[in-house]
Amino acid sequence: MKQHYRLAVIGAGPAGLAAATTAAEQGVEVAVFDEQAAPGGQIYRAMESIPQHRARQLGDEYQRGRELVSAFRASGAKYFPETQVWSLNARREIGLLQQGQARAVTADQILIASGAIERPVPFPGWTLPGVMNAGAGQILFKAHGIVPDDGVVLAGSGPLLLLLAWQYLHAGVGVKALLDVTPMMNHLYALPRLPRALLAGHYLTKGLRYKRDLKRAGISTLHNVRGLRAQGKETLQAVSFLHNGREQSLETAALLVHFGVIPHAQLSRVAGCRHVWDDSQLCWQPHLDEWGRTSIDGILIAGDGGGIGGARTAEHSGRVAAFQALYALGALDRTARQRLARIDRKWMREESHIRPFLEAFFRISDDMLQVADDDTLVCRCEEVSAGQIRTAVADGHRDSNQVKFLTRCGMGLCQGRQCGEAVSHIVAAASGQAIQDIGHYRERPPVNPLTLGQLAGLHSEQTE
Amino acid sequence: MFKRLDNSAHNRVNVTINGQPVQVPEGETVAAAVLTHGLPYTRTTPESGAPRAPFCLMGVCFECLMVIDGKANQRACMTQVREGMHIECQQGVGEPLP
Repeated sequence: MKQHYRLAVIGAGPAGLAAATTAAEQGVEVAVFDEQAAPGGQIYRAMESIPQHRARQLGDEYQRGRELVSAFRASGAKYFPETQVWSLNARREIGLLQQGQARAVTADQILIASGAIERPVPFPGWTLPGVMNAGAGQILFKAHGIVPDDGVVLAGSGPLLLLLAWQYLHAGVGVKALLDVTPMMNHLYALPRLPRALLAGHYLTKGLRYKRDLKRAGISTLHNVRGLRAQGKETLQAVSFLHNGREQSLETAALLVHFGVIPHAQLSRVAGCRHVWDDSQLCWQPHLDEWGRTSIDGILIAGDGGGIGGARTAEHSGRVAAFQALYALGALDRTARQRLARIDRKWMREESHIRPFLEAFFRISDDMLQVADDDTLVCRCEEVSAGQIRTAVADGHRDSNQVKFLTRCGMGLCQGRQCGEAVSHIVAAASGQAIQDIGHYRERPPVNPLTLGQLAGLHSEQTE
Repeated sequence: MFKRLDNSAHNRVNVTINGQPVQVPEGETVAAAVLTHGLPYTRTTPESGAPRAPFCLMGVCFECLMVIDGKANQRACMTQVREGMHIECQQGVGEPLP
């Protein structure tokens, strides 16, 4: 590993792979740092090692990643897998941890392609062993061919939940029930956005096909589910909920939940990029221009880390950002940048038609986002409840950081990744302010854990 | 709670999970190995001692912290199994569970 690169790409999902491939093909030296052992990100995880039959069970969207990964392998981009980024700043210094060795590299241009995380929505019992993200279930399936035992319950809202149920169906997993918490009223709000969504009708067709297949297979799907609750002593034993005004309960040892995805914005935050609240996607997003440029010179973002657009959009936005980086490096002139980006821009427009509809249709209820139940833990690491956060607000702490300082909410090992968004919602609702004014936690390096010994090793390596 | 769809054609490595010898497929993460091993939980919290288990499997939630080869606070979902690896449940800030 060198100490300086012209272009550094963080993340090897669709955005990072497309960007790195594009830059390398233009003859620019590019380094890709990724924490996984193999390229593909979460969406195309295990693309190079997955057996054919399992790839087929995952569907054709998954298989799209194959070309992307092989083009990347052939591109000559320098690839550093199992490498964690623990720091990034406006001087374009990147702190890395690779096989227990801390390193620092600099780059003229840096592209953050950190992707998305599943939106953490705290609900009663969500910390019980046996409750897991649906995306986690999908990772087990893709990477290891591991599925839950029969009787698993799926709950939440969003396309991924439906996709996972469909994938489990094809893998022969007995899904006990699919609990859809999407509020019925969403249909009404989504309706005006339907005509535009029809321009990307293949997504709707696919969704309807999944639903039809599940129905034919006799998988029980309950809509308009409220009051979701995981129950058990040490581990999950049952899921209870309200449906059609009736309290119901299903015995299960595994509950997979999904409430949409949000940008994994830890790195853009720690670097100090400006972020804005997006009320349609219900999340904080880095502020980007049409080339993926952040508020910091030389730091770009592509893919879901800059706002949720899905895997295909990520790929195109990765290329667009790469053209911008190449332009900034003097490898492309202005006209060439414009010309090369045209096709990707066109595809991005096509892809964007479906988003407003999906965002309205699968919008999580305020009740869930604001964690109505006082006893529910919001910060899983420091075990801070929604009630404690509301008490802090009542005592005069009126933004995310004040609440954090008082309660330790967000100070645990995950560093606020799991509670940050929920705290924004809770504080805004309890204090009657707009989320934009509440802000998100201020992030400080290291955003991934490293030992003092590793940090000290960084210094000795640099001075030798 | 979780099972492997295909138990046949893997190269396997020998590890121990809470002292018990287990063979697991090469290339698997520690989190995947312990989930299929049927552990009810993989750590207890430092605050209340509540049991926890892997939750996100992509390195962001830090719920799957375990003691791996004597080193505490290792993310099981970000660590691949290796021949001879010792995997233990973690108590609080970093002791192996008794």
